[in-house]
Order: sequence, then C-alpha cells, then structure tokens
Amino acid sequence: MADDKDVLRDVWFGRIPACFTLNQDEVTEREAEPYYLLLPRVSYLTLVTDKVKKHFHKAMRAEDAEEMWFEYEGTPLKWHNPIGVLFDLHASNTVLPWSITVHFKNFPERELLHCPSNSVIEAHFMSGIKEADALKHKSQVVNDMQKKDHKQLWMGLQNDKFDQFWAINRKLMEYPTDEGGFRYIPFRIYQTTSDRPFIQKLFRPTSPEGTAHTLGDLLREMYPVALPTDGEPKRYQVVIQGIEPLPETPLQWLSEHLSHPDNFLHICVTPVPSD
Amino acid sequence: MPVSLLWAVDVYGRVYSLSTAGQVWEQCRDAQMEFKRVTAAQQCCWGIACDNNIYLNIHASDLPVRYQEETYENQRWNPVDGFSERLLPSDRWQWSDVTGLQHQPLDNFRLPSISWEWEGDWHADENFEGEPTEKGGWTYSMDFPATYTKDKKWNSCVRRRRWLRYRRYKAMDTWAKIPPQQTMLPDPFSDISCGGWEISDEPSGRLSLWAVSLQGKMWFREGINHHNPEGSLWEEVPLPAEVVQISCGPGDLIWAVLWEGQFIVREGISRDCPKGTSWAVVDSPSPDVAATHVAVGMNVVWALTKDNKVWFRRGVNSHNPCGSGWINMVGEMIMLNVGLNDQVLAISCEDRAVYFRQGVTSSELSGKTWRAISVPRDGDRSHSSASASSLQSAGCYFCGEVRAQSVVSDVESDTDKGSLDGASHLVASISPISPESFVDAPTDHSEEPIDTPKARIPKVTSDSFISELVSDREPGKTTREDGLSGPAVLEEEPIPGEEEVEAPTVVDSADTCSLSSVATYTLAIEDQYGADEHPLWAWVSGGGCSVDSHSQLNWFNSLVQSVQSMSLSVTPAQTAAWRKQIFEQLSERTKREMDNFRHYEQAIEQSVWVKKGTMQWWRDWKPHKWIDVHFALEQFSGPEGNKDGILFIYYNFYEEKKYLHAFINEVTILVPVLNDSKHSFAIYTPERTKQRWPIRLAAATELEMHDWLALLSDSCCNSRGIQGPPSKQAAWSVTCKGDIFVCEPSPSLEAMPYPTPCDQMFWRQVGGHLRVVECNSVGIVWGIGYDHTAWVHTGGYGGGFSQGLASSTDNLYTQVDVKSVYIYENQRWNPVSGYTNRGLPTDRYMWSDASGLHECTKTNMKPPSPQWTWVSEWAIDYSISGGTDREGWQYAADFPGAFVSIVCFLLHRKSKLTSTGPWQEIPPISLIDVTILPCAAQSSVDVVPLWAISNKGDVLCRLGVTTLTPAGFSWLHVGTDQPFKSISVGAASQVWAIAKDGSAFYRGSVSPQSPAGPGAKMYCWYHIPSPGKQKLKQVSVGRTSVYTVDENGNLWYRHGVTPSYPQGSSWEHISNNVRKVSAGPLDQVWIIADKVQGSQSLSCGTVCHRLGVQPVEPKGQSWDYGIGGGWDHITVRGNSMEPPRLPSLTAPAPPSPLPVRNMEVNGNAVGC
Repeated sequence: MADDKDVLRDVWFGRIPACFTLNQDEVTEREAEPYYLLLPRVSYLTLVTDKVKKHFHKAMRAEDAEEMWFEYEGTPLKWHNPIGVLFDLHASNTVLPWSITVHFKNFPERELLHCPSNSVIEAHFMSGIKEADALKHKSQVVNDMQKKDHKQLWMGLQNDKFDQFWAINRKLMEYPTDEGGFRYIPFRIYQTTSDRPFIQKLFRPTSPEGTAHTLGDLLREMYPVALPTDGEPKRYQVVIQGIEPLPETPLQWLSEHLSHPDNFLHICVTPVPSD
Repeated sequence: MPVSLLWAVDVYGRVYSLSTAGQVWEQCRDAQMEFKRVTAAQQCCWGIACDNNIYLNIHASDLPVRYQEETYENQRWNPVDGFSERLLPSDRWQWSDVTGLQHQPLDNFRLPSISWEWEGDWHADENFEGEPTEKGGWTYSMDFPATYTKDKKWNSCVRRRRWLRYRRYKAMDTWAKIPPQQTMLPDPFSDISCGGWEISDEPSGRLSLWAVSLQGKMWFREGINHHNPEGSLWEEVPLPAEVVQISCGPGDLIWAVLWEGQFIVREGISRDCPKGTSWAVVDSPSPDVAATHVAVGMNVVWALTKDNKVWFRRGVNSHNPCGSGWINMVGEMIMLNVGLNDQVLAISCEDRAVYFRQGVTSSELSGKTWRAISVPRDGDRSHSSASASSLQSAGCYFCGEVRAQSVVSDVESDTDKGSLDGASHLVASISPISPESFVDAPTDHSEEPIDTPKARIPKVTSDSFISELVSDREPGKTTREDGLSGPAVLEEEPIPGEEEVEAPTVVDSADTCSLSSVATYTLAIEDQYGADEHPLWAWVSGGGCSVDSHSQLNWFNSLVQSVQSMSLSVTPAQTAAWRKQIFEQLSERTKREMDNFRHYEQAIEQSVWVKKGTMQWWRDWKPHKWIDVHFALEQFSGPEGNKDGILFIYYNFYEEKKYLHAFINEVTILVPVLNDSKHSFAIYTPERTKQRWPIRLAAATELEMHDWLALLSDSCCNSRGIQGPPSKQAAWSVTCKGDIFVCEPSPSLEAMPYPTPCDQMFWRQVGGHLRVVECNSVGIVWGIGYDHTAWVHTGGYGGGFSQGLASSTDNLYTQVDVKSVYIYENQRWNPVSGYTNRGLPTDRYMWSDASGLHECTKTNMKPPSPQWTWVSEWAIDYSISGGTDREGWQYAADFPGAFVSIVCFLLHRKSKLTSTGPWQEIPPISLIDVTILPCAAQSSVDVVPLWAISNKGDVLCRLGVTTLTPAGFSWLHVGTDQPFKSISVGAASQVWAIAKDGSAFYRGSVSPQSPAGPGAKMYCWYHIPSPGKQKLKQVSVGRTSVYTVDENGNLWYRHGVTPSYPQGSSWEHISNNVRKVSAGPLDQVWIIADKVQGSQSLSCGTVCHRLGVQPVEPKGQSWDYGIGGGWDHITVRGNSMEPPRLPSLTAPAPPSPLPVRNMEVNGNAVGC
C-alpha cells in the first residue's frame, strides 16, 4: 500500500512541460526558437525561468529587453502564484506542453507585481509561510525556528531539494494530537469567473463536535456553487495540485499533504469545459 | 497504553465498566445482585453488594493466580526398617514445615475459599538447590536441624523431601464473595476503597483495602498480595471519631471523612506499615459546611462539601499528606474519584452523569475542565422499557442524597447516607413498619426482577437484625425481592416512627417534600429519564483506569460522531476511497503531464548540497577533550544516481587548520550518546570500530543533534540503498541505553571461510526503547522494555529522532519505558552523633553510584539522559542482595567490605522515557525474556511457537502468533516448579530454559502442533545439571546447537546433542567474558563480549561473531569483533540465509588463521 509520504514526493516533483515562445511584437535581431522546459508545479515562474530569459536575450538587443513577464492566451500570469496554480486555473484543459508567451515589453503594471530579483520571491514565499503558520499554530512554530531554518526552507524550494525542504517543513506540519489538526486550515480558493483574487477565510479542520471537516464542508461554506447538485451535471471542477480530490477528503489531510511549499492549500475552481 | 477499565455503578445498583478503548458502558452481566459501591485496581475490582458482603472480581489473565503449598516429609534410618517414618520422640513431626516446628500432614491443607481449586496432586520436588536428585527427591543429613545434601553418605541418619502442590484461583471475571468474618457481621460495610499498590515493589497484586462500616468503624484487610488476592482477615483500625467515607490512593495517601464533617488523614504509612500509625485531622474547606466526600490519588486530594462544592487540596505529597490549603473548583458534584495518574472522575449533582477532568497533568494536577462522558450503555434498548418502580427508586436516591447532605450533625442521618445505596432497603420490605409491601408487590411488579434498592432509612438498632436476615440470602433471591419491594416503599412514604428519631423538623419537611414530589411526578420522571438517555450514576471508580492527559479517549462524543472521526485516524484512512482516489489521480497526473516530456530540460539543475554547522568534537589525541569544530556534510548524486556524501570535520591543530573526513558510504553506525552535559553522538566506520574509538561529536542542543542524526542517517541509508522496513533476515541489537539498531545481513555474512567482517555491518536505528529484542526469520520481532513491558514490531521503521521523512507514516506508536535509577547513601558512624551523613574525606561520596567513585546526590542525580524524566520520588530499596535492616541500611566495617560501622542505603527513583517507534504494546503481562522459533524462511509454519518468561518467572507460551498476527492473542501458562529467567526455542521446537537458581531445563516432546507440549504439565521439564557448579543465566538454541552463558561470563556449548538424545551429554567451555549469546537458525553464534581491546581502551559490550562454525566443527574457531562497546543484546535468529557455496568449501579447508583482523584463535573473547 502506498505511503502518504509518496504523496508529498509526488506533489513536490510534479512537473508541467511548457513551451515558451517569444511574443511576436518583441523586437529581435534574429528569430527566437521556442524554449521547452519542465516547470516544477510548486515553484514560481520567475524563480525557474532564468534559462528562458537567457535564451531569449540571446536573440535580442540588451536595450530592448525590459522586465520579463509571461502570458497565456491573453492572461498575464501572476508569478506570485505557484506555477501549478496558474496552470490548473488557466490552462488545465490545454494541450501539453503548455504554451506560454514571453514578453519583455509593456509590463502590465495593473495586473502583475514586479519581480526585480529572487529576494522578492523569497520575501513573498516566506510571508506566505508565516501567514500560514499564523493560522495553523498562532505563528509559534515559525517563530521558534532559527534564521537558518527559514533559509533552509527557501533554499530547498530554490534548489528543488525535497529532503532539505521537508527536514524543516515537517515541523510546520505538526499539531498536538489531542487537537485533531491545525488551528485553522490555510487555504485559498481561486476562480476564473470573478475578479476577486481568491477566497480566504478562517476555517477549522474539525467541527466543534470533533468531527473532521472535509473538502466538501469547506466548499459548502465558502463556495457552494462549486459543489455538484443532485441530478445536475457537474458544472465546476475543484482542482488541487492538478487532481480532483473527492469532497469527503478530510481537509486536515489535504492541508498536510497537498499544500504548496508556502503551506497554503491552493484550490482552483474552474468551470467544466463545455465540450 | 493498554486497554483498561473505568468502573461505575448506576442508581439501580447495576455495575458497568467502560474500556479506555471503548465507546459503550458494558454492564457486568455476571453480577447476580446489585452493588452499592465499587473500588477498582488495575487487576481487580472490589465491591459492596446489596447483601452487604464484599465481593471481588479479578480480571482474567493469561497468568493464573497460583499458590505453592509445601510440606516436608521427614524420615529416620534405623537398622531394622532402613529409612522409615518411625522417628525418635525428640524428632520433628513426620510431616512438617521447613523448620520442623509445625505439624503439616498432607490432608491438613485446605483450600482457603470456594474460589480456589487444586491444580494437581501432591508430588515430591526432585530439584535440590539447582541440581537434580535421585530417589524421589530425598535429601540426607546426619540429624534434623542440619545441612542436607543430595547424596546419601555413611552417616546419613535422617532424610527429608519436599512435597509440593499448587492451588489456583479459579473465580476469574466473576464476583466472588469474600467469606465474611463472624466478628463483624452486625455492622455491615458501607464504604470501601483500595489502593496502596505503589508503596512497595512487590509484584502487582498487593493492595491495601480499607472499609468503613455503617457504625463508622474502619477496617483494613490484611494480607492481600498476588498469590492471595482475597486477603486473609479484617482488622479494625482505631479511630478518633466515626467515619463515613474513606479514600485510599495508589501510594501512601489515605483520607477519610468524619461524620462531623472534618477529614482525617492517615500518617506513617510505609512499605513495612501499610496500615499507617496515626490520624491527623483536617478541617472542612468551608467552616460552616461539612465535608461529605473525599477522593485521593498519588499526590492529590479532592473533596466535596455538603453544598456539593468541589475542593482541591493544595500542597499534598507523601511528606505532607495533609496538604496546605483548599481551593474551590467549579462544578457541583455528588461524588468524586481519583484514578490512576491522578486523573479525576466525578458524578455531577445536576445530571448524574460521569464527568472526566480534562487536562490533569503532573504539573497541573487540578486540571482544566469537566467533560461529561457521553457514551451509551449496552442494553440501553433492552432496558428502555424501564419500569416505573426502578425510576421511582432512582428518584429515591435523589431524595436520599439530598437529605443526607442537608442534615447537620445527626448521627443517624449519616447512617442513612451510607445506606442509601441500598444497604438496608430490606428493612422496608421486611420490617414490621411496612407490611403492605408484601401484599402489594407480587401482583404489580413481578415482571421487573432487575430493579434495585431504594434508599430507606434504617434505624441503627435495626441494622443487626437486617444484617442477619441478609447475610444468608441467595444473591438471586435478593434481586427478586428488591424488585418486588421497590414500589411498595414509596407508597407507604413518610415513616413517622423513623423520622422522629432521626432529624430536626426543618429537615423533615424538606424530606417529605422531595420524597413526595417523586411519588407525585412519577410520570414526569419517567418521561425525563424513560429512554435511559440520562445516565443516573451513583458511584464511579477509576483506580483501574489507566488514562492520562495524553490518552485518546472516545468517551466524549456520541457514537455516530466518533465512528466518523475514527475514519480520520490512521488505519481506516488507509483504505478510504478518497485516499485511493488521490493516489490514482496523482499517478494519472504524472502520466499526463510528465511521461511524454521526460526529455525536456529540468528548470532547476541538481547540484552538490552542503550542510554546515558548528559542533564539538572529542579529539583523537591526548589529552582528550571537547574542542569546537566546523562540521559539513556534502551530498551529491553518485554515478548510478544514488546519493552519496562526505562529511568533514574542520579543526585547528596548533593554529593550523586541518580536517578529518569520512565517506558516508563507509559509516557503519550512528549512535546517540546522550548524557546530561552533552548532546553527543558517535560515528563509526570499520576502522573506528577496530580501534574502539568512534568520532564523537556534540551538538549545542538536543534538537540540533536530532536534526543532524536524522540527516546523516538518511544520507547513510541513501548511499547504501537501504530504505523501508527492516527485512525478515535482519539482525537486531540493543545498546545499554536502550537504543535499537537493525542490520541487513549480506548473504556472505555467514559465508565460509571468508565471511563479511562484522565491523563492516551497517546498523541503522529504529525508534523506541527496549532492553531485549528477539526475532525470527519470518519477520516476527518482539521486544521487552526496561519496565518489562512486551512490545511487538509493527513492521514500520524510523520513529525516534528520524521523524518525518525516514519513517513510515503508519505503524508508529508512542512508547513509554520506565527505568529505576539507584544511588547509595553512605553514612559513617561517629562517636558524637551516631550515624550521620557527615563523612570523612577519605570515604566514598555521601551519595554515590554503586562503585562509590562518582558523586551522586539526590539533588544532582539526573535521569539517565535528558530524554528521561523523573516520575517518582526517591525511595528506599529493600531488595538489595545480602539483606537490609528495616530501614534499608546495610552495615560494613569500612568501605568496601562487610558492612558494620558504616551504613549504606540504597535509594531508587523511577524515570520515564517517551519515544516513538514501530512498536505496539502487548499488555498486560510483564516479561523478562522472550524467544521465537527461528524458522527457515521458506517454511510454511503457520503458527509460530513463541515462548516467554514473565517477570515473576512463569513460563508462558503465546498462542496465535503468525506472520499476519505477530502479536498472537493470548498466553498459555506452562507449569514449573520454580521461577525461570531465560528461555530459548530451537529450530526443531526444542525448548531450553534456565531457572532462577541457575540450573538448566530441557523440555521434551514439544511439537509444532502442540507448542506447549502435552498437557503443559511440569513433569515435561528435564533437569540438566549446570556446568561445573556455575549458575547459568541465559540460553540460546539455534538449529541444533545449544549455548548458555553463566553468571561469571562463561560461554558453554552443549556437547552430544543428537536427534535421539536431544538433552546432550556435557557442557563444553567455549569462551569467557561473554555477556549474552544468540544462536541462529544456521547455528551461527553471535555474542556480546566484554573487555575487548581497542586502540585506546578496553570496551565492554561488543558484538562478536563466531567464525568457523560448520557441521563438523559446531563450536567454531575464533571470534570476529563488530560494533561496540556499549551493546547489551543481539539477536541473529532472523538470518536463515544460506551463505553462497564457494568451491573451496568442498575441499576441507584447513582452519588456518583467517585474514581478518582482531581475531583470536580459540578461547577467550578477551583482548587482554
């Protein structure tokens, strides 16, 4: 029987094949070939696309290249969301590899955050971890950690070191056995049909009576339309890490196993494709 | 934590128990009658039934309660008859006790009560001081009070032999009446409390049982111990005033409530005087309100006052049993009980539900909140048609209780309190006041036989009359009549005669009120309680209930909810549909998103990963000391994709920067060496093992050490490609610190003539803490903790420090082990002050360890390592060899030597370690040794014979052990004439064992079909004389070979063992300085050796492998040294892998000195 730890590995080593093509409007000196890459689902676009940047810079003059940004079918891709979330939300029904357009001009200031260096990603990632721990343990675990532990989390993500990352991250996943779970489950629900960036509220892993809350319970409270109603065809897919867990899956288990490295459970709700 | 029971009595007198693993109150069907009160210990429960007798319910155990009766047959020689029973007039009796003073013929022995039965007939004991005797067990001497020998000599004029017979307690799991004592019948018991099992080291079974009678007298039951569970007699305890209720804790706390509303506290309780010596008085918590109830634990006292307020006593401990002050707690209760671990249970006065005090820990004894235990009772449905009469009687309880508590300073009303449990309800039916009850009852209520007593208010004067009536009643009949008389009493409610005697008028009216209201609103009550939703509890006892603040209890939710929440817990989740779905979808995701794109470039390149830190290193050169070093582990992917690494230790040598390195794939073991000054660990490589000088490193904190250990061990396992649970062939070993290691044997480990040197074996740690571990080749592994708890390996791995990644997620459990720490107190006599603790400078330290060389004081003595915490106070140990006086002192002329003018005093204290590991407890019997049939890997044995020795020395055989159910299901007791201490079963099911007296026994006719041998009778043991007057201590049997170790560290091989003569012929000396031996299914021999020479020191506790063992040379030739020192135990009984056959083997290779270092030809395992 497969072990729950295999889930952690599968989640960490999830990869999305992507094909980066340069936007046609970019000024180039010579034709730029598309660039193919396996993107880690749990990482961030700007963290893993140094090679892409180098590849296209070769075809351009330095003064033409401003800050690089990405777009998929007209939607600018927010680098501060994990790659897997961007894919599940915008492109889950696409033909692979995922075709991403690379831009070096006309940065969409209103839609994207600037990302001048990796330290910005690090700050963003760490703030995610701290926010999640505030929800899970009133920040006690993350505050008890040393600076080097924080660094190890980040380095683990940056260098794709599962062991290095989880050696520290497991502490963030602990909880007192008599409480049955974290204080609150750190989650974010994304949707394409609304302008709200995401839904995030306080939600406990267990009910006051001590029963475990499930994914279904969460959606019922946060986003009821996402749940299928009896006798009607399913209208929405609820995707976490590229899969659709059953509504009866315990939320605490999901939080421990399917969270991204920032310790949030990122849930994408997308309409079922009409075809 | 093993499953244990919480006991309770409801207001109808029905006894229920609730398992710590259960979710339903189970009615004790066996109870033939109603009970008033129960008091539980872990192994039994005592109760007062409505017939006023005391009943005892001993929980069935695989280990019988047996008692050995013995008597001696004495004979004298005369020229005419030879030896005959004709003795001289001055001689002893022909049948006598061992001293000869008591006349003891065989037929004088009677069973103490009907709860006992004889196990067999009398037989002569043929074992004399560890050696077999001939001729019917006779021992000879010149004259009677003298030394006996087993050999008849020319001057042997007298002889004697010992006859034995066992009796067995048979009344397990039923309520057995304790035979009443004539002297006290007129005054029936009203309260009972047991405890005191912690005050001595005696095996579980010793109890203090206290009882209070209706007239306020107090009684102590003498002589309760593990082979006399019923005790022998009641002894009255003098009191300053009359008592209503008593509570006895597991330790030395005993409190009682006086009729006047104060408390009395027993003082002077000790091991030698469990009854205590005197009483101290403690006032009621509030000056105006009398105390009504008290409950004590190990270190706590809880009490109730008449207004139902709950009080907690501050500052109570065994030095100050009276405590220092009261704290008022929330809640209104009518009854309280303190269970094990000072956990508190109560019955609320509002809803009569049982409440559990949550959050009681040793640091916060008062706990946090009350939480109602809300589980259904079995048979709720069957009783849901509960009759009006029983409900009325329930109502009566309420009134009774209310009244009892509202009465101030009235002696008789307290009688009432005692009796409201139904003690004297019979008055109602029998006493002349209510003759109608007889008339009414049969017609109306004959169909409700199970109803109970209701409170009636007897006059003290009538009690003797009642008791007489009651005492000879059949239990069954009692029940019936209770039911009959129930409603009648209510109908003839106020009893003028009694009330007049009893209480002031104010109280009277209250009484009448409450009582009549019950009568009036019978229907309403029925509605309210009709479905039995509302528990009406009268009494609860947690003395047998082993819970603490960490226990996971399913008592607090309704059934449905808890079943749901169960699905979250480990086991059911493994099979849940949602989980399966996730696994399936993840693998689909991999297929969809990755399988066709493997050739794509990875976004993040893999690189060398370095982890650095600072540590301290125990430097290699003299003078040895800890120096600060930088430590780095470089990890990289090896050529075949496996991970590998190098670790570096950078240090300064005379201002020069130097470093030391070790390849991760050469590291053979990482050993945590916690002590209280350093969080250190040792790293061994084959070279370092040879030198007995590991790399010792210390981290700044325990956490840091664990992080490094987890990382390093993960790295070592990766480089060797080892993952997952240990294989069935694995060798297991345990260090003297209780750490458990496992090694995957290579096929060439037992190869001839060039086996893998055993210093190259790689050991990885498995979580948990054990003293002994034993395995066999089908993967069944058992362990025994320091506290003798038995554990079975769950098939998991990791645990301990390697939480998280290198552990399996399921199959890991919390493991608790308890160990006693001993120190000596030495005092020198001086003429001025007698014995004091002011010693001379040349003496040993005032507090020292056994050698006297290290200073240990009560205050500076720490638990064995920081992982251990104290769980008890220092206490005197009386079990020291050589005997002690009553206070535990030993005397000697001078240190060291025979103790005369210096006294020495052994103290012990228990400490506890909590860890996690792939081990599951097998309650309840404590073990000292275990052995499993070392079957060959291919064998199709379904049931695997597993033998064990309990900590009392009983031989046990585990039934139902298979690879699927390695824990088995129950124990079968195998009779022996004396306690045993070591046992081993060989591949052919041959069983060898060592008795406590150091002699060996072989058990014949053991077949795999009937593992315990025919009939499990004691005569199946063949006594084998020990080698050369040595006392044996351990035995291990391989495929055919039998090895034993004696108390002087000699290893013996049994010569001449053949299929037709399995006992063998003689012992052959193999080696000295041996601590333990393990013979495996290939007849391979491994030992733990002492005094092995290393480069810098001698080491004790080294794993050694016997080389050159082969069918023609079963004793082998020499030793190969492996990991150590500091090892305590090894088992190789899993390794049944036949070594690869080498062509050189066909030609009998001359036993030339083998090219392995550190080997010695023959003889001693010593290096010096």
